[in-house]
Formats: sequence, C-alpha cells, structure tokens
Amino acid sequence: MIAPALVGLAALYLWPFLSTFVKSFMKVPVFGAGTFTGVDNYTKLLSDEDFWRALGNSARYTLLVLLGIPIAIVLAALIEQAAKGRTLYRVLFFLPVVTLPVAVGMVWRFILNGDFGILNYLLSLVGIPGEYWVADDRFTIYAFAVVGIWMGLGVNLIILGAGLQSIPVELYEASAVDGAGRIRQFFSITLPLLSPSIFFVTVLTIISALQMFDLVFVMLGSVNNTAIDGSKTIVYLFYEAAFVQFKQGYGAAIAIVLLVIIMIATAIQFRLQRRWVNYD
Amino acid sequence: MHKRLLNTAAVVAAAVLLTACSSGNTGGDSNEKVAITYGVWAGTQTPAMKEIAAAFTKEHPNITVKVEERPWPEYWSTLQTGAAGGTAPDAFWMLAQNIRPYASGGQLLNISDEIKKEKVDLSKYPKAVLDLYDQGDGKTYGLPKDVDTNAVWFNKAIFDKAGVAYPAADWTWDDFRQTAKKLTDPAAGVWGVAAPIDYQGGYYNTIFQAGGQVISADGKTAEIDSPEAQKGIEFWTNLHADKSSPTLKQLSDTEAETMFEQGKVAMYMSGAYWALKLYENKAIAGNVDVAPLPIGEKRATVTSGIVNVGYAGTKHPDAVKKFLLFASGKEAAEIQARSGAVLPAYEGGEKTWMAAMPEFKNLQVFIDAKEYSVPLPVQGNAAEWQGDQTKYLTAAWEGTTSVADATKQYADAIDKVLAEK
Repeated sequence: MIAPALVGLAALYLWPFLSTFVKSFMKVPVFGAGTFTGVDNYTKLLSDEDFWRALGNSARYTLLVLLGIPIAIVLAALIEQAAKGRTLYRVLFFLPVVTLPVAVGMVWRFILNGDFGILNYLLSLVGIPGEYWVADDRFTIYAFAVVGIWMGLGVNLIILGAGLQSIPVELYEASAVDGAGRIRQFFSITLPLLSPSIFFVTVLTIISALQMFDLVFVMLGSVNNTAIDGSKTIVYLFYEAAFVQFKQGYGAAIAIVLLVIIMIATAIQFRLQRRWVNYD
Repeated sequence: MHKRLLNTAAVVAAAVLLTACSSGNTGGDSNEKVAITYGVWAGTQTPAMKEIAAAFTKEHPNITVKVEERPWPEYWSTLQTGAAGGTAPDAFWMLAQNIRPYASGGQLLNISDEIKKEKVDLSKYPKAVLDLYDQGDGKTYGLPKDVDTNAVWFNKAIFDKAGVAYPAADWTWDDFRQTAKKLTDPAAGVWGVAAPIDYQGGYYNTIFQAGGQVISADGKTAEIDSPEAQKGIEFWTNLHADKSSPTLKQLSDTEAETMFEQGKVAMYMSGAYWALKLYENKAIAGNVDVAPLPIGEKRATVTSGIVNVGYAGTKHPDAVKKFLLFASGKEAAEIQARSGAVLPAYEGGEKTWMAAMPEFKNLQVFIDAKEYSVPLPVQGNAAEWQGDQTKYLTAAWEGTTSVADATKQYADAIDKVLAEK
C-alpha cells in the first residue's frame, strides 16, 4: 500500500539528497561530470568569512523569529476567548500565509523604505529618527524577522488554536471554583497542556527559519543593494554558489552543513522536550 | 456552399505550393511540422519577440516559435537546471557574463556552418559585441540581437530650475563633477547625479576613459587597482564626497533609475535600454534628454549585447539554427527597432529605433558611442567576481576606505577567481 509513496519519496528526496551529498566532495562544473576533491569544499567553507557571517545571520534570524511563538500563544488564547468573530480573526492572521512571499516582500520593502516608507513617517511623528531598514545591514536581519514572524503567525495560530480547543473546559471550571484567576489559569492549565503544540510549533519554526531565503531575495530588491553582503543567510549563500557563481560542489557542501545543523538543532529539542513538554 | 468549397480548395492548393517552395529552399524534412520554444527575460521586449516569432513562421510555415518569458533572475536558475535536465528552451537569450559555462559544457548549438551556408555578413554586427562572445574555440554560438552603449540621461527641468547649461557634447569629467554639484539642492531633495556601484552603466566606463582596464589583456589578472583604474573609480567616489549623489543606502532602497524617473536626480549614466521606459513615462518624458559620456583621458564606453543562442539538446537543430539567424537578422532588427525596446545590433536598424521615439532628439549619442566602445570585461567566472563588487567597493564609495585599499583587495579577490580553472 505504501510502496507508491515510497517510490516518490526515493525519487524526489532520497536521490537528490544522495547526489547532493556526493557532489559536496566534488568540484562540479555546471554541466558534465565533476572530479572528486575530497573534503576540499568543506575546508574552504570553514575558512570562508562569508560562510561564517551567513551562519551568524541565520542564527540571529532564527532566534528573533522564535519570539513569534509567545506572541502566537497569547494571540491564540485571546482568539479562543473571543465571544464572536473567531473565524474572522483566524482568516485575517492566515492571509499572509497564503499570500505570495514575493508580493509580501515587495509591500514590506515599500513600508520599510528609509526615505519614503510609512514606518519611518510614523516614527517621525513621535520624534524618532528612522533608519534604512532594508538598505543597512545593521538592521536588515530585524526587518526580515518582523516579516518572518508576521508571515508565520497564521500557521502557528491554527496549530496552537487546535491545541487550546483540546483542553477540557472542566479544568478551567474546577480551577475557577478553587479561586484561580485568568492569569493563574493561563500559566497552570493552558501552558502545560498546550506544551505539545508549542513544542511542535517550535521545531517547525526553527527548521523553516534556518532555511530562510526568499525574504533576503525580495526585501533587498536588486543585487545592487549594498546591504546584501552583510545580510546573506545560509540558504542565500547556497543559491549564490550553485546558481549565480556556477559552483555546484561548493553549494552542495553548504547544503549538507545546513542539513547537519538542522538535524542537531532538532535533536537537541527532542532531548530537551522531556523536561518541559507535558503529554498527560 | 460552392463558394466555400472553392475557397478551401484554393487554400489547400496554396499550402501545397508554399510547402513545395520552402522545401525547395531548405531541403529535407521541412514538410514536417516543428514547434520550438524561445526563452527571453525582459517583459518590455516580449511583444517584439512575439512579432519576430510570427514573422519567422510566415517565412517558414512549418515552424512555429513559442516565446517563453521568465523574470530575472529566475531565468538563469531555470535555464541552468533546464539545460542540465534536457528541458531548456530550444532557442534563448544569452549574456556574455554567463556564456562561458554553457559553451564549455557543450550546451550550445554551434551555428558556424549555418552562418557560412547562409553567407551571413558578420560586418553588419558590432565587432566589440561579437568579440565579447568569442570563446576562442573557433565556434560561433550566436549572433547579437541588440547592442548597448552608455550615455548620460538628464532631466532638463532640473537644469533649467538651477540655471545650469545642458551638457555640451565635448564635456569633460570636471564639467560633469561641477554640473552635478551645481544641480544638487538638498532642501528640495534633488541630487545632481545618481552614483551607484554599477559596473556596466557606471565605473567600468570611467576606468576605460581614464586609460585603465578592469582585467589585463591576457585575462589572467585584475588591473582594477592600477593608478588609471583607481582614477576611474575616484570619478564616482568624488561625487559622493561632494554629496552630489544620494547615499548608497538611499540608492539601495530606491534604484538609481527609479530616482531619475521620480525627478530626484538630475543625471543618470546608463544604457540605451532605458530609452523606451523613460519615453513611456509621460510624467517625465518631456524633460528627458541624453548627452554623451563626459571625456576623461579619452572617450570610452563599455558595450555589450544579448545574443540569440540555441540549446545543443534541441530535437530540431536545423529549425533552431534558421530561427537564430532570423532573430538576429535584418527583419528582426527592424521589428525590435520599431518597438523602441532596444537598439538592434544589426546595422541599419538605428534610424528606425530613433524614429520610434521621435521626441527624444538626441538618441544618436548612443549610436555614435559605438565608435569608441570597448567590450564589457567578462573574463573567467565573471558572474562571480562581478558579484563581489559591493563587498569590496562599498567602503570606498562611502569614503570609509581609500580607493587604493579597496581596489587592491578587490583585485586580489578577482585574481583568485581568475586563477580557478
């Protein structure tokens, strides 16, 4: 029964993965066969300052995007408690998810424009000098994170909302009888019982944040953006090596390193979940 | 009823005659219906490309050409994976910066024999552009469809308001710098010039004007740190030191060309390829004019152009070769010129191109510039070392590093790329 799916899995995932793995030990011209160069790509990668900077950027972005999870928890709790309009709220927060990332990036690019953007206009009203959010590499990662959080909110809300609905109402009623207030209920009932959903959302968020690429691409506009060099993420570096600079072997090595990082990050989370995730 | 029958008969007869004719011309398999695809990236040119495809089918009724447009930069990633996987378009546009791996990887049709057979007169094409695509392997992979040279677009309204004379045809670097200074009005949010880090429309031109070059003649080392080349780069850093240009951050937020269209910068050094876009922007077209590049030690502009190439993995190499010659030929040049979208490479199309935009009176400067044009430097893995420009040059543009230091470091990086096989 599962065989057809397995064939698809092998063809679409296993084969590309294996060939990427092999290529990462080769020097590969764009077309034709490559030559084995051992761990050359990896040693080059470790001494490539661009790689370390991109790694730092991806790490920073990932940490920032994690802030979206507490926001999503609070919002999900508020939406579940809303007397009416729950569906409307869910739709509104889900809209960015189904919108084309390119369109989203473009709109944010306008909003964050240093001279003519709405954000800086609003800031100027309260006397705060604006910055070149998408043209200055001191700020680009934060700009990406804001948009990343906003775009991820919809999915997180659905998952956490479903988690909230599975918490028995009796628990709240019983605790209310015992004199627990809203805040106490949130920390003593909601959070512990929601922890499996929170764990799931965290794992997904970290994986997708480490793979972030499209926002760099769209929000920085053209390659003439001088902030690009300080704003590249790991996957952007991979794209550049494999598709712009025609260095497929090097690109493959970057992809493998990213895979290892994601695997380690996920393994650590599964380790740590025993301490805080409640499956009762 | 009868009439309709007659008509049908006439059409059939005509079709038979036509195919008979064309098989006489081309021989062999030309009765066979063939459909080929033509990959392009620029949306503004797509209508002209479709017209060329239709004109070609008129001449070769058994071959239909489907124009496939993909946006930049997706065009390149799709092309690369398509060529490797056997699904690339049969014919497609190619740039000098990108042709090397495709040619050396055996992905392109060699059309030398077709050029010989059809006795194509190569002198009709700009030599600098042909040279640009010469891979030194004795093969020709394509002929140029268009050519671009650079000049200075300027906004007459800003000149008038500042009471500054329009650029003279023989203006110098110093004139350019002074003009930019005089036109700058921080209070009004107007700058004299846009000075981004732009190789093709910007600093390569001034490097050659200063008597320098970007890469050595043998293609093995960078010369961007030579005293002459440094002067060519100082042309731009001086404009920033004068505050005659928006900062690089501002130019990263809003591209130079957009700023020019918005009337925020008075002068913009760039290519003929903007002509139609500026012409169609009714808000600004009436104020737009164009002057030749200022003279440094000498006149110079880099030149480049798109060539039409064929995919080696095509199922219809003969049809594709015919189309490639047609799409870079005289009739196609006329069609492109009429659309105004680009300056065609084939000699003789210039007048039509200029006539497509009658209110732009000085487009001739782009054509005159062919006289002193030099091929765009594209040695080695050009996509890689050109892509590094902002990494090394930004600090010089912003004045936090000397031009000497920045170019020295950039030259070292270019040397490393050129040394790779």
